[in-house]
Amino acid sequence: MTSRDRASRPVPVIASVIVAMMLAIAPLPDALQPFRPDWVALTLIYWAMNLPRTYGVGFAWLVGLVLDVAQGTLLAQHALAMSLVIYLTAKFHLQLRVFPVLQMAATAFALLSVYRFVLFWINGVAGIDASSVTYWGPVITGAMLWPLIAGILGSLPYRRVAGT
Amino acid sequence: MAAGTDNQHTARGPSYGLRFLALLIVSIVVLVIDHRDHHLDAVRRAIGAGVYPLRVIVDAPVSLWSWADGSLAERQELELENSRMQAERLLTFARLQRYAALEAENARLRAMLEAKSRVTDRVRVAELMSVSANPYRHSIVIDKGTRDGVYNGQSMIDANGVVGQVIEAGLLSSDCVLISDPDHALPVEVNRNGLRTIAVGTGEYDRLDLPFLPNNADIQPGDLLVTSGLGGSFPAGYPVAVVTEVTRAPAEPFAAVSAQPSTRLNQVREVMLVWSNRDGAAETPDDE
Repeated sequence: MTSRDRASRPVPVIASVIVAMMLAIAPLPDALQPFRPDWVALTLIYWAMNLPRTYGVGFAWLVGLVLDVAQGTLLAQHALAMSLVIYLTAKFHLQLRVFPVLQMAATAFALLSVYRFVLFWINGVAGIDASSVTYWGPVITGAMLWPLIAGILGSLPYRRVAGT
Repeated sequence: MAAGTDNQHTARGPSYGLRFLALLIVSIVVLVIDHRDHHLDAVRRAIGAGVYPLRVIVDAPVSLWSWADGSLAERQELELENSRMQAERLLTFARLQRYAALEAENARLRAMLEAKSRVTDRVRVAELMSVSANPYRHSIVIDKGTRDGVYNGQSMIDANGVVGQVIEAGLLSSDCVLISDPDHALPVEVNRNGLRTIAVGTGEYDRLDLPFLPNNADIQPGDLLVTSGLGGSFPAGYPVAVVTEVTRAPAEPFAAVSAQPSTRLNQVREVMLVWSNRDGAAETPDDE
């Protein structure tokens, strides 16, 4: 059981998720509101790609549940969307890890689309009103911010040095 | 390395797919329970208490800014503001005296009618902590919770009129919905003639719709709408909105009436929570 994930430090990962959560609930001007990227989803995609064993589907589900409470949506709405996206990420993490950054940004676009679609679809089934046009703003900004997020998270000291 | 991870994958526990499937089922059950009948409020409250510190930290720069803004203001500005406020205070006192006289007169008249005198509602100021991150809901979070006696359905006003109501009272903070939320409807009456109707939110901060008025209803632009108190959750007599537009189309069964909320819903920073004395649940707000 000397998995690669075992050699990771939890503190940078948890801290980054908390910061992403704060960005997700921080007040924004009304005009920018429809373009707020899904910070938490992007962060979890990065960690699931690199440490899928530790920060996999279950972790994503729990974080999604907290996000549901923080944003006042139906319980398990974000949790469901998040665990689906992280399931896809974890399943293909070996391929994703070797993608060049632009291709990975395109993949993030696809993953965020899935995420938004699930949120949108649950709203529709539950009969909660939502306009569909601006619903996709976060997907575009999220994909554009991927290189930045990957760069920041990649520079965190989350890997234990071999041998310690 | 890659091969090693793959072997581990088969060696250890259920696969991603199975785990996801299990969580999918759990999610659907939770979603249905939460949507149908709100049995999960305790869970929500527990997680909400965990999120509270994050909200405080996120709100800190704004609070700090307004504090710094206040403490660094120029002396001259302060003096100016002071004199302006003193003038305002005088005016307010004058109005208040008239109000006191009216209140006394009202009490006398009511006593004459042997009606039970309506006691002034108890209010308490709450500060806005954050607005909803979801742009399709007009909801806000305030810094008072069940610890301060806040309850679900409690109405919220500010100096100019009705702001909204509490939908989810947490321990230290509460989620509230504004009257402009598309899912919010509020029983109102026209102050001029007592015509009762419903004001529905439109999703725009500066417009409410009154969709249930017949074409021959006696309503005109400039009419003040006040709460009628008939829905049970809002106390009667607080201003809600001013009618801005009345379109009577003979082909339609109802007139299209829109109104502008009396208060600027996207600019409120403090709100007042109202404990209505006629509401049974609110008699002892501190027991909760």
